[in-house]
Amino acid sequence: MYAQMVKSTGEGVRSLDEMDPQERAFQERIDAGGKIEPKDWMPDGYRKTLVRQIGQHAHSEIVGQLPEGNWITRAPTLERKAILLAKVQDEAGHGLYLYCAAETLGVTRDQMTRDLLSGKMKYSSIFNYPTLTWADMGAVGWLVDGAAIMNQVPLQRTSYGPYARAMVRICKEESFHQRQGFDIMMKMARGTPEQKRMAQDALNRFWYPSLMMFGPSDADSVHSAQSMAWKIKMNSNDELRQKFVDLTAPQADYLGLTIPDENLKWNEEKGGYDFSEPDWDEFFDVLKGNGPCSVERLEDRNRAWDEGRWVREAMLAHADKKRAAKLAAE
Amino acid sequence: MSSPESSAYENTEAAPHGGPRRTEWPLFEIFIRGQHGLSHRHVGSLHAPDAERAMQNARDVYTRRKEGVSIWVVEASKITASSPDDKGHMYDPADDKVYRHPTFFDIPEEVGTM
Repeated sequence: MYAQMVKSTGEGVRSLDEMDPQERAFQERIDAGGKIEPKDWMPDGYRKTLVRQIGQHAHSEIVGQLPEGNWITRAPTLERKAILLAKVQDEAGHGLYLYCAAETLGVTRDQMTRDLLSGKMKYSSIFNYPTLTWADMGAVGWLVDGAAIMNQVPLQRTSYGPYARAMVRICKEESFHQRQGFDIMMKMARGTPEQKRMAQDALNRFWYPSLMMFGPSDADSVHSAQSMAWKIKMNSNDELRQKFVDLTAPQADYLGLTIPDENLKWNEEKGGYDFSEPDWDEFFDVLKGNGPCSVERLEDRNRAWDEGRWVREAMLAHADKKRAAKLAAE
Repeated sequence: MSSPESSAYENTEAAPHGGPRRTEWPLFEIFIRGQHGLSHRHVGSLHAPDAERAMQNARDVYTRRKEGVSIWVVEASKITASSPDDKGHMYDPADDKVYRHPTFFDIPEEVGTM
């Protein structure tokens, strides 16, 4: 997902009997559906895991602007350009909602930025793939934002208050993103034969990377079990992936496009589609920083940070000057 | 690799460690009043060099879809907040004053709506 392979304590879930009274009270509050707020006591592992998860999610929103930013100047019409600009601006906003949620846990924005720029903190594997044609803007909105929604909707009920509230705001806006992507796909799938070929090509390239967004099966992961007990992860990776395929396959049919998986077929018994797993070796390789655009993405973020430095400093200097002038006048 | 660590300027977020380093723009908490006559409500926070800029940033971050008609920005360090540990003695006094709720009083039906 936007946060992939987030490690929790690694100790496995402890039973209520094994916890000290403070931790037991904390866990019981979560079990009862209560929210944890910034100043409340929380186990160290809960805090650390959340910082990693929310930070990774925030970084994904920020880096996620790059593949789409690639097409702003080349959008086919002024309307499409305005829509894409609005969408990319939303992604920046989502990053900010999430950074401010992470900051309530005691990490600074500076620290998170530093960890993204140095490559220490990760962002979603999906943004390391290139956007080669305008049809990719359709595929990204439809598939990538569609996959993100699968994960984000249940996270509105997550146990950490500021994270849950950020997710509520994000989900309200995310639906526009997916619909605008599907709208592009409809236009192209019903366009000239060449446009339809472009739409099919975009689907071919983004299908498996989208399935990878959910992460490999975590049925046996102690990290996932702990995160689920803490309600900072609401569903298993396989569960969300299945749900995504079940919703998306009929939409591809509607578009008259073919999902690039010959094993994809409806399974009456399980009430869902059977489908092929993505190439997990590729996924781990991309996570390691070997994706087609991994180097470029980090270089772009670093350049933006460096070239924006004089602006940040000038604004501080200006604020100081105004403050001094105001003090002098008093 | 560039980093926010090295800068020719002192006293900025990018100044080297050790000196009079200002780590980042101050944090502002943002409150917005929606269109329907409710009071201002906390929506989140952001960083800005001063209140004026915080206001502009708040507009961009929190009202892209006409979520509000009025914005308050407050520097987070100026807010005094209650602590969760106070829960007991702060709110206990209300426990035994149920008569503050209208439902405490039984009004006979023949009196009508009250």
